[in-house]
Amino acid sequence: MKLAEVIERLGLEVLVPGDLERRVRWGFCSDLLSDVLAHAQEGDLWITHQRHLNVVAVAKLKGVAGVVCVRGLHPSQEVLAKARKEGVTVLASAEDAFEVAGKLYGLLSP
Amino acid sequence: MAPTTKALYKQVFPVKSDLESAGKVSTEVRRILRSLGVEPEVVRRAGIVCFEGEMNIALYTKGGRIILIVRDDRVELLFSDRGPGIADIDLVKQPGYSTAPDWARELGFGAGMGIPNMEANSDRFVMYSRVGVGTVIRATIFRRCHETCGGNRAPGT
Amino acid sequence: MGAEVLCGEESLDLEVTRAFAADLMSDVLAMVQEEGVLLITGTVVPQVVRVAEVMSMGAILFVRGKRPSAATVNYAAEVGIPLLATDKIMFEACGILYSRGLLPAKRKALPRENGPHD
Repeated sequence: MKLAEVIERLGLEVLVPGDLERRVRWGFCSDLLSDVLAHAQEGDLWITHQRHLNVVAVAKLKGVAGVVCVRGLHPSQEVLAKARKEGVTVLASAEDAFEVAGKLYGLLSP
Repeated sequence: MAPTTKALYKQVFPVKSDLESAGKVSTEVRRILRSLGVEPEVVRRAGIVCFEGEMNIALYTKGGRIILIVRDDRVELLFSDRGPGIADIDLVKQPGYSTAPDWARELGFGAGMGIPNMEANSDRFVMYSRVGVGTVIRATIFRRCHETCGGNRAPGT
Repeated sequence: MGAEVLCGEESLDLEVTRAFAADLMSDVLAMVQEEGVLLITGTVVPQVVRVAEVMSMGAILFVRGKRPSAATVNYAAEVGIPLLATDKIMFEACGILYSRGLLPAKRKALPRENGPHD
């Protein structure tokens, strides 16, 4: 499913638009960067509570489709600026990680 | 300041600067409060305040101690440590600000919510610190009878 | 879900209606507001059980094939918190449980965070 459609279906807020036409392969929930580095795959939509600068670097490195900041917690302007510069899509949701993951799973599962 | 009621229970808990035992004092404090018949909501809040304070001492300081004082109308938790002290208290009170090293983040700590969370769960919260010396925190949680016993006596309640 | 039970078999009939997924303990401490919530996490340090205890949570599900140490399992058994484990990733665990009707945990409202990070 295209990222733009996922955004619309889940009611996500776009904080930094990267490539919104790319395909979302699956989802990945984690706040532990080492886990993301080890297991996340290209095209995953990364759902996390982490909001610091390293998130952008890791997101870029792993080629995730985008980062979803949950629970209405937004990264700082500095982090958003870096995301803009790196072309990393940053989205936000007022809902919990559990709920966002649950809904995304429902959208992407056959 | 209104006169406080006398202490029903007081205990001092040392806190080591080590992750291994971090959290033990908080669970002990909860057990003590429950056994003293303290209201569940107060126990819950005290547990959170104690846990966050204990984790901060264990993760970021050379060690310190927690003092629990239970009175008729309130529960008090005092935290003190041997350093390094906090240069800018306003910064650490901001949600999201964290000095946690990467290894701590990787273990699931350091989201920068500790002190804001302590404050949010306390009715009174005071914090002092001096770089090179250490930090002192006093968190007070009022019990249900705070209005009618000790401090403020309200007529007809 | 096909999860493995690490301890607390006797409590398996417990009714769990809500879940909270997080790796960061601070988030659990700041967010969860009710009793009996299922904690879904990839963090296995002993503090996870202490946090669950402090927040009166119902049970813990460890994801991504993570397993806590034997000492942690023993402690959880002592305090009566069932521990479960699965090899599935957190995203899938949440997805499956959500589709089965598990609701997100009620939580406290927090002010928006726009403070400095790192």
